[in-house]
Amino acid sequence: MSFINYMAREINCKIVYYGPGLCGKTTNLQYIYERTNPEAKGKMISLATETERTLFFDFLPLSLGEIRGFKTRFHLYTVPGQVFYDASRKLILKGVDGVVFVADSQIGRIEANIESLENLRTNLAEQGYALDKLPYVVQYNKRDLPEIASVEELRQLLNPTQVPDFEGVARTGIGVFDTLKAVAKLVLTELKRGG
Amino acid sequence: MGDPQMVMYEEEFNQIQTVVDRLLKEANSKVVFIVDKNGQLIAASGEIDNLDTTSLASLTAGNIAATGGMAKLLKENEFATQFHEGENANIHIQLVGNRVILVVIFDSKSSLGLVRLRVKRACDELNVIFEALLRKVNTPGRDSPFAEITDEDIDNLFND
Ligand SMILES: Nc1nc2c(ncn2[C@@H]2O[C@H](COP(=O)(O)OP(=O)(O)OP(=O)(O)O)[C@@H](O)[C@H]2O)c(=O)[nH]1
Ligand SMILES: [Mg+2]
Repeated sequence: MSFINYMAREINCKIVYYGPGLCGKTTNLQYIYERTNPEAKGKMISLATETERTLFFDFLPLSLGEIRGFKTRFHLYTVPGQVFYDASRKLILKGVDGVVFVADSQIGRIEANIESLENLRTNLAEQGYALDKLPYVVQYNKRDLPEIASVEELRQLLNPTQVPDFEGVARTGIGVFDTLKAVAKLVLTELKRGG
Repeated sequence: MGDPQMVMYEEEFNQIQTVVDRLLKEANSKVVFIVDKNGQLIAASGEIDNLDTTSLASLTAGNIAATGGMAKLLKENEFATQFHEGENANIHIQLVGNRVILVVIFDSKSSLGLVRLRVKRACDELNVIFEALLRKVNTPGRDSPFAEITDEDIDNLFND
């Protein structure tokens, strides 16, 4: 649910990075944080365990520039991917305007990706959202690793509706901004349609 | 879909700011701010120049979301009030009409009793303002200012 502030002439949108444990959601945000001008970003907050697994969420506020005199501000969140943190994932999805599903390309993680995507659908549905009606993009991450599934296979399993999708190596930044721009664009387009 | 669109207009913003400014003084507090349940800052007052209000807003909303989740498990409606006591700063968090969150930060110059009392009144006033705001937002025929943006406008945002 975007927030239009006529007073501050700002539009605020919430984007959530979803996906299985260790797929690279936090790494996406860290890369964005590192590569964004100081004046366009706020502090990145990570509520994580001692082993750097996301415990509740990561948060990164970004400004993307102005449209017709309105500042566009995006609040990026990641969910904790580990299965047992489901209650927290549901909370983070509240008020979401756009979703990035980060898939782990490794063959051994195919099941985990499918489960996480189903979990995303279920959790959205519980709050009255339908994934297919939301601005939504997919990133196939960890393309640098040796034992990975082909993009065609991943696409078939995880992106049957053919939303915009990207190959990524979040650790070095490949695909990270393409993914972000694509979802931001969809969110703004939805807003234009009066979503 | 989900929640209704959150919109803030100048008129209501000024009313909210008045309530927040007055609460700051009457509660002898250091900082007062209002956040929506999604973590977006709506208004703030007090010593905020060196304060990361964006981060605070997101964490406050996360906090309320987490306790709200706990309440649900306990079949409670909500835990509407929270208080955290620090060595120097204390923080009082109040859910207003299940819509927005009112946060008061204060030190030893004030007291929990005083803050509670003043928050209660501010809450009533804020409820009235937010109800009016919601009615306004839901009035049909109010077009989004974004209805007129073009694909080109959106593309331009990403071209630099
Ligand atoms: N080789 C490789 N490693 C990656 C890539 N992206 C992330 N990683 C590594 O994968 C590990 C997990 O990354 P995180 O970003 O913490 O994963 P996450 O999705 O946030 O995990 P949770 O917080 O548990 O849900 C880290 O060691 C990252 O450095 C990638 O593209 N390639
Ligand atoms: Mg993480």
